[in-house]
Amino acid sequence: MSLLPWTIYLSLAGALLCLVAGARSAAAARWIALATAAAGWGLTLTAACHFVPLAHLQNVADAAWIPRLGIRYHLAVDGISLTLLVLTGLAATAAVLFSWDIGERTGEFFAFFLTLIAGVYGVFLSADLFLFFVFYEIAIVPKYFLIAIWGSTNREYGAMKLALYSFAGSALVLAGLLWAYVDGGGPGFGLNELAAAAAHFSRPEQIGMFGLVFLGFAVLAGLFPFHTWAPGGHVAAPTGASMLLAGVVMKLGAYGCLRLALPLFPAGFDFWQPAIAWLAITGIIYAGFVALVQKDFKFVIGYSSVSHMGFILLGLAAANARSVAGAVLQMFSHGVIAGLLFAVVGRMVYARTHTRNLDELRALGLYQLMPFAATVFVLAGLASMGMPGFSGFPAELSILIGTWQTSPLWALLAAVGILVAAAFTLRVIQVAFFGPARPASAGPAPALAPITVAEVAGSFLLLGASVVVGLKPDLFLNWILPSLQSPLLRAVVKGGSP
Amino acid sequence: MNGFPWLSLLIFAPWAGALLLALAPRLGAGASRVLALAFSASTLALGLGALRGFDRSRPGFQLVERHAWIAALNIHYHLGLDGMSLLLVLLTAIVSPLALLASWRDPRAPRFYGILFLLLQGSVLGVFLSLDFFPWFLFWELSLVPVYFLIRLWGGAGATRAAYQFVIYTIGGSAFLLLGFAAIFVATGTLDFEELARLAVDGTLASRLALLGGVWPKVVFAGIFLGLAVKVPLYPFHTWQPAAYAEAPVGVSMYLTAVLAKMGLYGFFRLLWPFFPGPLHAAAGFLLWLALAGAVLGAYAALRQTDLKRMLAYSSLNHVSYCLLALFAVARGSAAFDQVSAAAALSGALLQIFNHGLSAAALFFCVGVLESRADGRRGLDDFGGVRTAAPVFAGLCGIALFSSLGLPGLNGFVGEFLIFRGVFGIVPWAAAVGCLGLLATALFLLTFWQRVFHGPRAGAAAGPFADLGPRELATLIPLVALMFAFGLLPQLLAGLVNPLVSRWTGGLALP
Repeated sequence: MSLLPWTIYLSLAGALLCLVAGARSAAAARWIALATAAAGWGLTLTAACHFVPLAHLQNVADAAWIPRLGIRYHLAVDGISLTLLVLTGLAATAAVLFSWDIGERTGEFFAFFLTLIAGVYGVFLSADLFLFFVFYEIAIVPKYFLIAIWGSTNREYGAMKLALYSFAGSALVLAGLLWAYVDGGGPGFGLNELAAAAAHFSRPEQIGMFGLVFLGFAVLAGLFPFHTWAPGGHVAAPTGASMLLAGVVMKLGAYGCLRLALPLFPAGFDFWQPAIAWLAITGIIYAGFVALVQKDFKFVIGYSSVSHMGFILLGLAAANARSVAGAVLQMFSHGVIAGLLFAVVGRMVYARTHTRNLDELRALGLYQLMPFAATVFVLAGLASMGMPGFSGFPAELSILIGTWQTSPLWALLAAVGILVAAAFTLRVIQVAFFGPARPASAGPAPALAPITVAEVAGSFLLLGASVVVGLKPDLFLNWILPSLQSPLLRAVVKGGSP
Repeated sequence: MNGFPWLSLLIFAPWAGALLLALAPRLGAGASRVLALAFSASTLALGLGALRGFDRSRPGFQLVERHAWIAALNIHYHLGLDGMSLLLVLLTAIVSPLALLASWRDPRAPRFYGILFLLLQGSVLGVFLSLDFFPWFLFWELSLVPVYFLIRLWGGAGATRAAYQFVIYTIGGSAFLLLGFAAIFVATGTLDFEELARLAVDGTLASRLALLGGVWPKVVFAGIFLGLAVKVPLYPFHTWQPAAYAEAPVGVSMYLTAVLAKMGLYGFFRLLWPFFPGPLHAAAGFLLWLALAGAVLGAYAALRQTDLKRMLAYSSLNHVSYCLLALFAVARGSAAFDQVSAAAALSGALLQIFNHGLSAAALFFCVGVLESRADGRRGLDDFGGVRTAAPVFAGLCGIALFSSLGLPGLNGFVGEFLIFRGVFGIVPWAAAVGCLGLLATALFLLTFWQRVFHGPRAGAAAGPFADLGPRELATLIPLVALMFAFGLLPQLLAGLVNPLVSRWTGGLALP
């Protein structure tokens, strides 16, 4: 377990190495990045093998940092964070594989990339809110550079919008947390201390604090109507960054809601719960319909991410053991699958055809030109629409069960959302890959570069993870469910005991 | 409990074949076809093996396999076989290799076709054998994927739209079916079919669902109903059907009507009726009208078609509606009704499920034969006098037509007769209205027979028109032979389901 902090240090060290080595050789930077990401993933898996599911957070590092303010360097882990740590390692490794073609300033690219990963690991491990916030910012800043420097369509606009939304979100979070800290008499920034202090707040105070903190995180999680940064940001980002953005960075927002907003301010949550649920449902259905009419391949996936994040937020809003466990499982599942979808669109298709316009792709009849990309996209699309056998299904089933327990009407609308997701996924599969067969009169088919080993490896990694978790969701559920019994979460998450 | 895993083998043998084909990208066309056929036919051997180990005198589940799977959701890998699933397994095992044989000549990517077909076959068998919602729904949804691609990539000019429509309709239904089972899990904490049936018998399921209050118990019922009704399809959820059946390649059309439509019917008998006897009883008065509409309007719609495949699609709607007519009539009957009629209606429905599979598969194949000799045309007016050109084909197709029409001595008669006998004893007026459908069925099938096979040779049959080749004979003769076998000895099939039916009717007598 004490290995886990090394995921952060290792990623930072890797980032530094990439910067140094990348100045001489791009290949070296790539291999260093791959080795670092894989080693980080290996650490999370090793820790997972030795993990004993307990209700409370298990310390992995704890030292005084700024004693005068009660701030500690405190890292701890439970089943929820471990699930997301494993996801981070996996997504990072796959994203490096799909960034193998980055030729311009390779060293710097991977340095930013690994710094972002270090920040994400840090967020998932932090048990001190100040530390949490520091890592949160470390994760956000490199994102801006990754998009602004290596991005494509409208990159300056996309990067700026994304950065502004993220900073506005984190400002709200910071405001909420400081308010609680000061109001509670400065007990320190530890999760437990702050929760103990927050228990004495009046209901209106809790309502206000919850509103600030939740809203701040929800912006990053893509909650309707604060999601508008997401599709544009995804489209502007280079493939590897889109994968991380959808795969893990949006999860930071959802994780923040679950780890901080809910347990710290239960009375506030009680007040906001219906509003959050309705916004989540609106997001699921609205983003689904928007995805249905997009003309740009990547925008479809971008909006589909917003729709799927809606399921996660709905699971959190329903706030009972099954829906929240389903939401965490969905965080993993969406991280893997959205990553893969972006990889196919950005790396396999766009990098070779230089178009993302669905009408133009349709005319190419891609499934004959790129059977591998077509197969991977079909499988990832099926996983994304919640086909049983892939990780999305047990997650959605669990969310539906839990949500029904809280409100059958929400569950009914979520089922409508599943239908819309099937419609837009199937449409994009059909249009992008299975256009009419290319007529012989159209001249020879354009020569496309063959699929590389790195792409094949990345695809198998992500698809394999989705299938394994789809067939054996117990792997994660057995970690997640006990964590929901923790003293902090028990107050908000109903019906924990099976 | 866990003996020799006949049932797992049945499901995974076709999948093993698919995997093998997928791993051999250099395999030639001929070898791919033979390999696919061998794996597809292996289920017949396994099915007969399961039949041997099956005790016909017992109504319950046999050859049961049950293993823990997902503890967090109380889910088990649970398979079992009773008379009804055995009937459907045998039907699938018989029709699948023949459907592969029917599209044998298709030159387009035979290896990929084989992979998809075997995936489909394994999924369908999984649906008929699973006794826990999780595996059942897994197979139920997975079966959609190969069908989509089989229609989309091998189908006719309108295949894109037909395939999309088919999948969206079905997934739309399944989303609400999933919701229904989520609610059932909330109410009972289990998704095991046997367990749920037990909870339904003693009223626990109904009373727990009633705790939801408001319209929600009805929503649960409606959601599951919708998921199954789209699949069957029950009127008015059938609008995807004519296009899908017409655009699919011949082997897939055979499979869609013979086996896939039966998944929905199976669901009605395995899930909806046992779990929701009360709500089904309450709704049956209305549902009877839907089944009747399917039977009568389907037949009249078939009468108006000039495309032979569309005619057969509507004819399928008409035939499967009779099965549901029987079920709804029994569900509607009061506690004091006549058990003999109920037994007749239920056995009739089960036999009809099987027999319609045989005759519809044969008829779609015959239209495929016509199409293959007329450059893809299949209009009622594109042929004439085929009988003189191809007498063997005419004879075999004629037998299939009369089987579908319900001529005594052929298999189709038994099921329909029992259904009408039973329904007449319970809801006489429904049987009377249903007869209108029988009349129209006779009309359109005889029109088919007359226009295509009789008269002077015309249309595609005006020139040279080859009679059946060896491969085509090998497809059609087994089906026709079985039509005679089960027509003359219906007890062969009825014997498998009798104990089950008597248990069902015995259960009905309870208050």
